[in-house]
Amino acid sequence: MNEITPASIGLSRADLPNSYIGRSVPRPNVPKLVQGRATYTDDVTLPRMLHAAFLRSPHAHAQISAIDTARAKAVPGVVRVFTGHDLAKICDPWVATLDHLKGMKSAPQYPLPLTRATWQGEPIVAVVAESRAAAEDGVAALQVDFVALPAQTDMETALASGAVVIHPELGDNLVFTRTAETGDVAAAFASAHKVVEARFVTGRHTGVTLEPRSIIADYNPADETLTVYHSTQAPHMMQGVFAKQLRMKEGDVRVICKDVGGSFGIKVHVYPDEVAIAAMARIMGRPVKFVADRFESFVSDIHARDHRIKGRLAVDAEGRVLAFDIDDLTGIGPYSVYPRTSAIEGNQVVNLCGGPYDFKNYRCTTTVVLQNKTPTCQYRAVGHPIATAVTEGLMDLAAEALGMDPVEIRRRNLIRDDAYPYTSPPGMRFEGLSHHASLNKLLDMVPLDRIRADQAEARQRGVYRGIGFASFIELTNPSPFMYGIGGARISAQDGCTVRMDPDGSIVASSGVTEQGQGTEAILAQIVAHGVGVPVNRVKIITGDTQTTPYGGGTWACRGAGIGGEAALQSAIALKQQILEVAGAMLQAAPDTLDIVMGEITDRASGKPRMTLFDLGRIVYFRGDTLPKELQRELVQTRHFITKEYPFAFTNGIQASWVEVDPATGMVKLLEHWCVEDCGRVVNPLLVDEQVRGGIVQGIGGALYEHCIYDAEGNLLTTTLADYLVPMSAEMPEIHVGHVETPTRESLLGAKGAGEAGTAGAPAAIMNAINDALKPFKARVHEQPFTPERILRALGTIA
Amino acid sequence: MKWPAMGYLRAKTLAELWSALQAHGSAGQIIAGGQTLLATLAFRLSEPGTLIDITGIDELRGISVRGEALRLGALTLHADLCRNPLVKAHAPLLAAAAPLIAHPAIRNRGTIGGSLAYADPAAELPACMIALDATVITASAKGERRIPATAFFTDLLQTALEAQEIIAAVEIPLTKRLGAIEEIARRSGDYAMAGLAATLAFDAGRVVAPRLAYFGVGNIPVLAAAASRALEGRSLDRASITAAQQALTEDLDPPRDLHGPPEMKRHLARVLTERVLLGFLNPKVQAA
Amino acid sequence: MIPITLTVNGEKVTRHVEPRRHLIDFLRLDLGLTGSHAGCEHGVCGACTLRVNGKIMRGCLILAASLDGADVVTIEGLSESGEVADLQAAFVARNAAQCGFCTPGMVMTAAELLAESGSPTRGEIREYLSGNYCRCTGYQAIVDAVEDTLRSRGAKP
Repeated sequence: MNEITPASIGLSRADLPNSYIGRSVPRPNVPKLVQGRATYTDDVTLPRMLHAAFLRSPHAHAQISAIDTARAKAVPGVVRVFTGHDLAKICDPWVATLDHLKGMKSAPQYPLPLTRATWQGEPIVAVVAESRAAAEDGVAALQVDFVALPAQTDMETALASGAVVIHPELGDNLVFTRTAETGDVAAAFASAHKVVEARFVTGRHTGVTLEPRSIIADYNPADETLTVYHSTQAPHMMQGVFAKQLRMKEGDVRVICKDVGGSFGIKVHVYPDEVAIAAMARIMGRPVKFVADRFESFVSDIHARDHRIKGRLAVDAEGRVLAFDIDDLTGIGPYSVYPRTSAIEGNQVVNLCGGPYDFKNYRCTTTVVLQNKTPTCQYRAVGHPIATAVTEGLMDLAAEALGMDPVEIRRRNLIRDDAYPYTSPPGMRFEGLSHHASLNKLLDMVPLDRIRADQAEARQRGVYRGIGFASFIELTNPSPFMYGIGGARISAQDGCTVRMDPDGSIVASSGVTEQGQGTEAILAQIVAHGVGVPVNRVKIITGDTQTTPYGGGTWACRGAGIGGEAALQSAIALKQQILEVAGAMLQAAPDTLDIVMGEITDRASGKPRMTLFDLGRIVYFRGDTLPKELQRELVQTRHFITKEYPFAFTNGIQASWVEVDPATGMVKLLEHWCVEDCGRVVNPLLVDEQVRGGIVQGIGGALYEHCIYDAEGNLLTTTLADYLVPMSAEMPEIHVGHVETPTRESLLGAKGAGEAGTAGAPAAIMNAINDALKPFKARVHEQPFTPERILRALGTIA
Repeated sequence: MKWPAMGYLRAKTLAELWSALQAHGSAGQIIAGGQTLLATLAFRLSEPGTLIDITGIDELRGISVRGEALRLGALTLHADLCRNPLVKAHAPLLAAAAPLIAHPAIRNRGTIGGSLAYADPAAELPACMIALDATVITASAKGERRIPATAFFTDLLQTALEAQEIIAAVEIPLTKRLGAIEEIARRSGDYAMAGLAATLAFDAGRVVAPRLAYFGVGNIPVLAAAASRALEGRSLDRASITAAQQALTEDLDPPRDLHGPPEMKRHLARVLTERVLLGFLNPKVQAA
Repeated sequence: MIPITLTVNGEKVTRHVEPRRHLIDFLRLDLGLTGSHAGCEHGVCGACTLRVNGKIMRGCLILAASLDGADVVTIEGLSESGEVADLQAAFVARNAAQCGFCTPGMVMTAAELLAESGSPTRGEIREYLSGNYCRCTGYQAIVDAVEDTLRSRGAKP
């Protein structure tokens, strides 16, 4: 790795000396990853550890009439078998609702159900054995009598009379509904020059983290503590959940998060099988490991994006948006997922529709219903790709109706860059966005004239290419307004403790977590910047509830914006503390000193005065030589929470250039562009590939990924051969550009970056496909845009 | 999931194999590269009893020209098809097909015998063997049988192999016929939504003995008799291609799958027919 | 239990294995080599890709019992040999790994491409890696890292 010196660093974007902020510093975590030296949860082995496997419901809906465990218990290697009733003795059920979602309801969920299975794949009985293979043998030997019940699978009929009410005690299948109106929507539509409308469908899909959900729970009866090794995004939240459900004190539960093999929202939820593992470890007093295999991942990891949206858009003769009217329906499975709930996604859809545009009249309805399918919940870019597809799909329809260029209609309607602060019709408050600057930057990158010429020329040859655009906003850095005000113990604040050890090295422990985004890398950069040391002198600790300050973890793109700011403030505080001590030693006023690359310097002349190594030696080993009253604790902690705005919104715009084969319905991705504004970019190298990864995940939903069910609620896509994820051969070259509008809520100015790619990609691809199909007057609005759907739109097949 | 408990033994010779098969009866399951078998065992839908590994049997190995045929031992790897000069010279269709099969790591271990014995109707090699008019050489304790590829695939994942019989080799007649393969797959390496392996010859500009073998559009790879008849003896042009496309209605009865309905498969088969046949008009292909 | 003796990362290893043990579990559970990952256990994701007798294969589709006499190289052995130190440095420089779960298999596959004497295009690199699933990156950084390594080894761009 390059030796980092002040000369090699130059000035930062913040125009501060010895800054790492804004620099493409390689991630210190990567060498272990490329050498196979990481430690994922499944790599952890504990003494006397057992392995669990679950019998999962083969039915979408069934009465559990009898469970015979005798044969399973006789299988060699099987140690114990647990049913729902066994676990309910020590584990309480949970109900996933939020108080601020008025009228929301859901049923109590147990780690293993007591009487009924409500989705195919629901864990029913657990077998604990000496090996995973033996546990699976035990599962195969279980005899469970199910009486199949009619399944409610279609969300469109969930509220109809005659629907199967999945939880009779709730009265119906309605989880949550909300209608809101701003302005006068009816009048706006009545006076419109053009009205366009469409029905959009987003396909149910899932996260497919390459490392499956993994957990080891270890209860030590001697000190009555539960230690959980967990592949999770939110260790502190899970600490609270395990304690509450198992009736333990929160302080007696420790959650340790080793390397995490991808998360994307999949690993921020409470899964009944994982709670069951903790409960079984509690009962058995020894460690139990569970690593979901790929088949059970498909039926038990949360799904997402199962929405049908009817959207209407009214524009005037100049192409100005008058009103959006949005009706969203989503099916979430049989339970709202704890503790974030499964109503947030629909709520986000209707909060975000129309988001980039300046308009006055808005009506929206979201309706969230139960169904006998795998539960859905928050997955990367929650609601954003849906809202963006609806908004940008309607904008393109309006442009077509007006005979206007898609870029022009956007330019006329995007909120002006000097219009902030701005409150959108759905009530979202924007501190500062850069839609026009982003559009201009995008148009600098996309050779639009050449593309349009190529498109026209190609059509002559019977080759159909199209370009599509999608502006978007993204909600990041959530305040307690997202979950906390609804009663959920989900922390919106995060803390960081930074200390200096005797050799002058710096250790920072943070409540945010690392799942590959590079959280630890940017924290090291920020701390190095804040204290004034080379980045390789900083070590980061995350993912341990007992050694890190309390925090929410990493989700909703809050790692840099919240965790990063806490790190910066604690690092700056430590620097002050070090300078106080240095001042005493050097007989100088602290404010005349500085720390540059690990050395105390004279601020005015830059002359080195003392190394941190020497300062550490004196503080830790010769404290007798320092003034008695001198504060010499070289450790500082700061916590950060956003206060002015409920969310730090970001924005951006994407463009997709595709070729559609009208004979086969196949879509070839030719090139993709994204300009995004996540505020201060801490490390462009990391942000760029984050954005690309997000785009590829958006491409997955747009073209490939689909959890396909039959009418009885059986999932048909349970292998990686049937559930298609994006692979390298089909992915386009992706160009990423940035506009930086730092948030003024923090010193760092960083907002989130991780979900922008996913938010905009499906809409851009949809619009590109529809642009390519224009000569055929064919359109697609139902994701994924499969060859079958494109051939149907073309009228090739019925 | 973890594989179920099972036995394993390795046969070093055909003689050892016959006695192992005799000893284990219906519980014995042949394994070669295992790239399909072991993936399906992970679903725990079947319990094989004992896996009998044939990869150590030298008699099943080797690529050679014997008389008027190219002989490929059953243990020939997909990766061998990509590289072997005899395959390139005498069965370029197989060299063209091999890169379409899965991915490098699978091609390095998967065998042609395994692919043919598993008889996935969406797989490339069964259709290629039909298009090439290959003969499957089987072996058992009772001796060898020679089964035309067209008779080898009997139903979904079913073949003419009898109990305790294995594929020993395939033989491909040495001809100067042209061959081509094209498929429509969602992603590189996926099983095709529809595919076509075709061979034909030209005599004075007229098509001779065309063999169009479609895959991914039925329970078995389909040799399209009607479409082939529509081309026989005609010059290859828009009219004869259209006739072949129309005749396909008689040849194909595809089932619905996750990618789409029968109608879509029939449509894709017609698209492939046109693309592959037009490809034969390319002077470069004809020169080859 | 089947007795096997094989070479793993240059060391001779003798064990008795259950026939149902696949190579990845053998390496991870019996030998403590946790660098190879089980991502799907049905041969699709590529996370378990490693080298057997000189060629890359799916560890989850190989019976450990069938490997008597075989030569197995895992990511640990490949790293120690230094064969792809340049590729690994390029992964670091390009941030071609995020969560890292796919990375050992990705490096194994790329190593085979690098060992073949050719000058693959970006499209051909993508095609060669197309059996290795990465959920985090956009694949572009990985292709960049492989391309950088090819160039530095003298392949024509």
